[in-house]
Amino acid sequence: MKALCWEGVNKLSVERVPDPELRNDQDMIVRLIAGTTCGSDLHLIGGYIPAMRAGDVIGHEFLGEVVETGPGVRRHKAGDRVVVCSFVGCGRCWYCANDLWSLCDNTNTNPGIGQALFGYEAGGIFGYSHAMGGLRGSHAEYVRVPFADYGAFAVPEGIDDTSALFVSDSVPTGWMGADLAGVKPGDVVAVWGCGAVGQMAARAAILLGAERVISIDRLPERLAMTEKHIGSETIDYTSTDVAAELRERTGGRGPDVCIEAVGMEAHSDGPMHLYDQAKQQLRLQTDRPTAVRQAIHACRKAGTVFILGVFAGAVDKFPLGAVINKGLTVRGAQQHGQRYIPMLLERIEAGEIQPSHLATHTLSLDQAPTAYDMFKHKKDGCVRAVIRPGP
Amino acid sequence: MGRLNRVALGLAALTAGVFALRRARPPRVNGDRAGDRWLTVTINRPPADVQPGGALPAPLDRFGDRLESRVLPAPGNRGTELAVRLKETLPALVTSVPARLMGKDPRQEVRTALRDAKALLEAGEVMRPDTPPTTHHTPAGKVVGLLSRRSGGEGVL
Ligand SMILES: NC(=O)c1ccc[n+]([C@@H]2O[C@H](COP(=O)([O-])OP(=O)(O)OC[C@H]3O[C@@H](n4cnc5c(N)ncnc54)[C@H](O)[C@@H]3O)[C@@H](O)[C@H]2O)c1
Ligand SMILES: [Zn+2]
Ligand SMILES: [Zn+2]
Repeated sequence: MKALCWEGVNKLSVERVPDPELRNDQDMIVRLIAGTTCGSDLHLIGGYIPAMRAGDVIGHEFLGEVVETGPGVRRHKAGDRVVVCSFVGCGRCWYCANDLWSLCDNTNTNPGIGQALFGYEAGGIFGYSHAMGGLRGSHAEYVRVPFADYGAFAVPEGIDDTSALFVSDSVPTGWMGADLAGVKPGDVVAVWGCGAVGQMAARAAILLGAERVISIDRLPERLAMTEKHIGSETIDYTSTDVAAELRERTGGRGPDVCIEAVGMEAHSDGPMHLYDQAKQQLRLQTDRPTAVRQAIHACRKAGTVFILGVFAGAVDKFPLGAVINKGLTVRGAQQHGQRYIPMLLERIEAGEIQPSHLATHTLSLDQAPTAYDMFKHKKDGCVRAVIRPGP
Repeated sequence: MGRLNRVALGLAALTAGVFALRRARPPRVNGDRAGDRWLTVTINRPPADVQPGGALPAPLDRFGDRLESRVLPAPGNRGTELAVRLKETLPALVTSVPARLMGKDPRQEVRTALRDAKALLEAGEVMRPDTPPTTHHTPAGKVVGLLSRRSGGEGVL
């Protein structure tokens, strides 16, 4: 079959790879209906995620049709249209049983690598390096889905492909940020990043009752989209002092909850950017935490900062003083999609969440490298490029 | 820094991490050498399921009496703590980094079996990686491949 492979730093190509096979009883094989680019992929394309191997198939946010099920699969049958969570959970370890699915103990087949990096490994995810299990990704014609009864969800007929696709990764990620940050009625919430993840976090904050939601980015088309489709206020961080603006909009208190949805390749105009970039390239720090620093500074006393952006290693100039002296709660996680997906599908059916506007472009699998080029450089207002392998 | 250097440096750091180069060993105090430590996991099942009829669960049972074990209920309803350790004293050569790179350290096999026992008891199967891992064979890719093959038997648990 055809698949999009990582061939080295900033090198992607469409290649022929062997078809996936059932490797365990609880596996199933899904034919891709659609997959999409995610900000997380940019970190591994750029070489910031360790343990990638030439020939690795990338992609983790996807929708498909079941073609074959292993003997241990109970909830799905051939022909079902399913959205699959980007993280794989066994459903029965302590973490899965406690709804912390991305921390599953039994789905990262390379635990030694994750333990070397983080102390304890994260669960497995599709197409996201050998540190995260080395599972093949979804930008292909077919993909193997382990523990299918737990990670795949039948999509109700009333939901179109494009809306359902984002329930795999960006919608639950955003929801988790607002939920686990404890957003409640009356809160003022600031969200850094107006990519799909930031927009979905802002929407979740609104639905959880936030009084005001303020989204921060620099790309005018994304700011406009966030105002129009999400109903959030916005700030262009290149034209104003973000901290001062947030103070002014919150009666001098600062936001109750700050959600960071930018990640390790954050951009900034200040001198710190050159410093961060140089240190990152010399490997003195692995990640650029610009938005995290800003969120920690801007947050009100005793507020919560939730980090949704992906970081892989160590950062420099982390404002620990602000965390302790302002009594902040700082939290982060990879997404626990299985916990939220059924509820999110219901909310999409009810029209409360409408993610289809995120799909600014649709390309074929052969054009996948172009899709990533557009997405990486935010060309032509690209927010999510949808990749459809089929006719 | 060139891209190749970035990848090479990253790989070197990762290799060192996976095969955590242990400090020069102090004179042997019981249980104080890394090689003597119990390997332990917590299994989200009650003790009776973990030790059916008092025996070690598969695939640990195949080590017969080469292993000593401890089974304790985990606090906070977290299931069962299972710890195992080889009874034999392993010569330093067998536990050295080169031996571990070659997959020759018997503790790697024990650690893998311990993890597999946990997965079988909890999830009913041991998830297998996709195959083949890749169709391309670059030098850096081979290092990642080796780390992946060994990583089931390495780590802190
Ligand atoms: N936690 C999870 O499970 C999970 C899941 C999916 C994605 N992610 C991560 O979320 C992050 C965002 O993903 P995405 O798909 O929306 O990516 P994206 O690249 O589409 O969006 C990132 C946005 O951040 C903006 N940005 C850059 N620097 C900024 C700054 N200093 N302040 C404010 N905004 C800034 C960019 O202009 C861009 O619009 C990534 O790091 C991704 O890896 C995490
Ligand atoms: Zn993602
Ligand atoms: Zn699990």
